Amino acid sequence: MNTQQPLLILKNISKSFGKVHVLRDINLEISSNEIVALVGDNGAGKSTLIKIIMGVHHPTRGELWYKGEHIQLHSVRRSRELGIEAVYQERALADQQSLWRNIFAGREIVNAFGVLDIKAQKKETERLLRDHMGFTSTAMSGDSEIKSLSGGEKQGVAIARALYFNADLIILDEPTMGLSLKETKKALEFIMDIRRQEKSAIFIDHNIFHVYDVADRFVILDRGSIAADYQKRELTQEQLVDKMLQLATTGSLDE
Amino acid sequence: MNAPPSLPPPNYRREIQRYKIQISITVILSLLFLIFMIGNPDVFLRYDIYRAFMSTMPFFGIMALSATFVVTLGEIDLSFPSVLGFSSWVFGTTYVATNSFLLSLVVCLLIGTFAGLVNGLLVARVGIPSIVATIGTMFLWRGLVNMAAQGKGIALVSLKESWMHSIFAGRLFDELPTQFIALVVIALILGFIYSRHQFGSHVLFVGDNQDSAKMMGIRVEIIKIYCFMQLGFFAALSGVFLTCEVTYFWPTQGGGMLLTTLAAVFIGGTSVFGGKGTIYGSFVGILIIGSLEAGIVAIGLTGFYVQFLYGLLITVSVSLYAVLLRRTV
Repeated sequence: MNTQQPLLILKNISKSFGKVHVLRDINLEISSNEIVALVGDNGAGKSTLIKIIMGVHHPTRGELWYKGEHIQLHSVRRSRELGIEAVYQERALADQQSLWRNIFAGREIVNAFGVLDIKAQKKETERLLRDHMGFTSTAMSGDSEIKSLSGGEKQGVAIARALYFNADLIILDEPTMGLSLKETKKALEFIMDIRRQEKSAIFIDHNIFHVYDVADRFVILDRGSIAADYQKRELTQEQLVDKMLQLATTGSLDE
Repeated sequence: MNAPPSLPPPNYRREIQRYKIQISITVILSLLFLIFMIGNPDVFLRYDIYRAFMSTMPFFGIMALSATFVVTLGEIDLSFPSVLGFSSWVFGTTYVATNSFLLSLVVCLLIGTFAGLVNGLLVARVGIPSIVATIGTMFLWRGLVNMAAQGKGIALVSLKESWMHSIFAGRLFDELPTQFIALVVIALILGFIYSRHQFGSHVLFVGDNQDSAKMMGIRVEIIKIYCFMQLGFFAALSGVFLTCEVTYFWPTQGGGMLLTTLAAVFIGGTSVFGGKGTIYGSFVGILIIGSLEAGIVAIGLTGFYVQFLYGLLITVSVSLYAVLLRRTV
């Protein structure tokens, strides 16, 4: 038995939509303080898998264990209570609202009458900006509106928000999609901050080069099954790219 | 979008930037009253005209403050004048039957809140766009008044015998209309809820980005239903203020208030796209809309100019906000 219990265990997870089998017998363990990249072609089932973890979809068969607890009746609300938080690019931020309203959206600091403690929310927001996001510029404050931020910064706000609320497992769906090179670098730095905070993350990204720098482990999905599962030390970036190419062209990883 | 690194702007400039809509509308109001005062000092440097303003503004003003929440959601309500009409009829009829001001008030407010609930359910649960749903309920409630009242008014002079009448249509120190005090108090309360309460924060978030609000665990449907309910409540309350002031109910009560009320909200800088607005802006919008007609006549133009100048003011102010907001992006 492991001294350290895995954070998340998926046991024989299968999912069908009608007659379409999207996922087949997925067995996956995510440890604490681990950044796992989920890679694979379009239609491999990556999004379905993270939606099952988030509680958006229910698996047709299989079990979900989180922190040693068998999770039944999974829902988005429940997963957030458990400490699983999803970060969707931009979609989870309100553009015209200030940073302090965004960070605390739905989880405001209030008194017994529901009155906001604006001072505390601003103070915590400024602290997050400084400590987690490295914003030192005075042009950026808790009062800044989200629309004045760049794409990478928005991603950072969403991640900082998840970390602030003590998520242990952060799920990122295409965190670098549509970002410029410089902004991508920023977003990836925010993902690395998740490890520095000793939390775990699962992220989907199409770009192997982004994935390789940040992730500890690569799980390759192919047509609904796990085709391969590598630790970073097991292979170089070139080898990972070769494996992906081989899978795409021959449909198999066997030599 | 990304300004090159330069010296940080001084803080007061950021403050001006943040409150530019509120500042603009305050300037517009000041200019307007300056024109009135220069145009007819005899009228505008005396208290009488202001007393008249203060007695009439609350009738649509309370609804404008309340409608700010619905507009901030990115929704609209066209039915509140009809709700005012129907709940006033309920108020008058109950009073005639029971002679109890308090009971009539309670029943009237319940009916108004219920009408708001219906709107909220149609929009949030059934999923009808609010402009369509409230066109339906607009005709529905007005139709009910017509059917119930059969075109006849109700004389309610005996309302004055109730001590509560002096709360709704009294004159404090014989000079200050109590309904204006109510307007100010309601503005303060709603302003507080809008910007400093969790509910207001949720309204802003839902209006800005409904999907993200859902993801953040905000109960979007409930927030929408509450917003429509409070507008129904305040429409009924406005009906009581109006009925008490004129001590008469007539079946077209509330008619003609729709566009002036919404104009006050839009002049106040609340965005029709949702997610942005202030109660302060709406309050100043009420002062502008509520004084325009009398002001125009007092400075020597005829009543024929009123609509034109309404239109001019609304178009100019809304364009101004659009330009001001674009410059920040």
